[in-house]
Amino acid sequence: MAGYSTSVDIAKAMFTTPVPLADWLVIAPSILTIIGGSICLILRKNTGLQAKLGLVFLGLLVLNNFALLGEVLKRGVITMVMGNWLPPFGIAFTVDALGATLALVAAIVAFCAGLYASITIDSSGRRYGFYPFLLLMMTGANGAFLTGDIFNMYVWFEVLLISSYGLLVLGNDRAQLDGTVKYGILNLIGTNLFLIATGLLYGQLGTLNMADITIKVQESGVSGPLMTIAVLYLLAFAMKAAAFPVNFWLPSSYHTPRIVVAAIFAGLLTKVGIYALLRTLVMLMPAARAELAEVIAWVAALTMLTGVIGAIAQSDLRRLLGYLVISGIGSMMAGMAIGSVLAVSGTVFYAVHSILVMTALYMAAGLMAAMAGSYDLRRLGGLYGASPLLAAVFLVLALAVAGLPPFSGFWPKVMLVDAALQLGWTWLAAAILVTGFLTSLAIGRVWIYAFWRGGPEGTVDGGSASLPSGSVLAMAGGGQSTAAVWIPLAALTALVVLFGLLPEWIMEVSQRGASGLIDPVGYLRSVFGGGA
Amino acid sequence: MEAGFSILIGLFFAVGVYLMLSRQIIHILIGITILGNAVNMLIFTAGRLMREVPPVIPIDLYVPAGATANPLPQALVLTAIVISFSFFAFLMVLAFRTYQELGTDDVNEMRVAEPKGEALPPQGY
Repeated sequence: MAGYSTSVDIAKAMFTTPVPLADWLVIAPSILTIIGGSICLILRKNTGLQAKLGLVFLGLLVLNNFALLGEVLKRGVITMVMGNWLPPFGIAFTVDALGATLALVAAIVAFCAGLYASITIDSSGRRYGFYPFLLLMMTGANGAFLTGDIFNMYVWFEVLLISSYGLLVLGNDRAQLDGTVKYGILNLIGTNLFLIATGLLYGQLGTLNMADITIKVQESGVSGPLMTIAVLYLLAFAMKAAAFPVNFWLPSSYHTPRIVVAAIFAGLLTKVGIYALLRTLVMLMPAARAELAEVIAWVAALTMLTGVIGAIAQSDLRRLLGYLVISGIGSMMAGMAIGSVLAVSGTVFYAVHSILVMTALYMAAGLMAAMAGSYDLRRLGGLYGASPLLAAVFLVLALAVAGLPPFSGFWPKVMLVDAALQLGWTWLAAAILVTGFLTSLAIGRVWIYAFWRGGPEGTVDGGSASLPSGSVLAMAGGGQSTAAVWIPLAALTALVVLFGLLPEWIMEVSQRGASGLIDPVGYLRSVFGGGA
Repeated sequence: MEAGFSILIGLFFAVGVYLMLSRQIIHILIGITILGNAVNMLIFTAGRLMREVPPVIPIDLYVPAGATANPLPQALVLTAIVISFSFFAFLMVLAFRTYQELGTDDVNEMRVAEPKGEALPPQGY
């Protein structure tokens, strides 16, 4: 680390004023979830208390992240430095509008999943550690969203990953073991690539602080080594986000775990990859991103189209939804390829929408399977008669995921297509629209098969078959209210409708997140003080 | 010294990737370990290899007196070693359980999650 000046300004290096109380909001998400996870782990055998405690901590997380987002929108980017090691030396937590928004949505989804799990995860699942793993996974996700240090982000990724292994294998089925092996090995390769890129970046620039990297990359301009590092980041995070052609681990593992685990994975994990892509390519290495725009655009288009075609070719409802997750990733990457403020805002909005809608769709699928006794499209049918409410909820979610108005999927698609046409990416805009059409086809067929027709395959259409198990309580093991399943589903659907009808607020937030990435003046100033 | 290390790291990567292309899970796991070690050495080399004194500051000064070694790569590599070791341990247990359950460690035969020859999806509406 030669090169820094040898005169030290002691006064500047020592804070004597206490940290403002609001700044604790920045690291509270990680602390809260680690404490909650540990307590739940200690209470491993007390499965009833575990669920209540887990929900309390997840609820606190939602409140905290809500306050954090409010604070960020009011004051701009907030930085907290660990142990007063001033940047670029210490580990900094730096929160901008993008990180805070995603952390809030992640917390909401995790709370909903925790509630849903309170009756769908039986006591043996809890004994194997569902709630500790869920809380610790949120530690990793929040840490990754809020940290301002690239190596630190790697560590949070690993925290997230190891907890996700635990959740994925919960239950020990044959299919789960099989799926976890594939998920585990491929994700480990992905994080190793991330670590390689980070090591090389450190060798190249001598710093790990994101704000410092941004400045140094701007000064040095785009060069061969930096392009290599950018490509490595692209590959590593494309693997995490399940972009074509490194996406085949997702459909082979996401349909195996408990449905609530699949729901939170589908909502959250791939979006952490998208966030990391935004952070590294759009903010840290904008010049390299511009060079790679064509590649990212092709990856995006192929991800969208192969994802949705895969969805059409599935008969298992969960695998179909897994392919729709992939297809959504393609739309988000399209925004990254275009790279204007409007396009990146579209990506951010799409990420928020996708977290909510995919989680809700998996939850709805869990309810449908509990009623019909199967996830197979051939055996689903006649559910409209069994539950018109579920039919309506599923239709709302289906229209939202296909990007049809007036639900939340419509606006980000409009933003992305608009941005694509503005900058002459006509074929990319066409790919987005064709994907929307094919998605309506795939998900519309699910609705027609599961809800509209009279009964499963083999029954006369128009007649009503008696449903095999007939009750949500089959999921719960009986005896409890089904409200814990319906409330999270209803809450997520309500958010989907709300963001569709009143998109201005979320649009403004995503726009602030996007412009903060493209022109990170506020970020740099927050880390280095006004002088930077 | 960096050049020699670079060649060694390249060799480790080649061996790791070769093993990971195998169909036996146990080979894949060994490949992952070797790859992890290659990555650790890469970080170490990227942080520059040198034979300077440790970065200890004399009691009457604010900054180190002369050139010192860079302690950060050691901290980073230590973190990475701990993480990759714990992951290896987890995957090892997982592979063993999978072998017990499925009776095979050949990835091509592990088709429980995605069975071969599934029926086509419903055609038509």
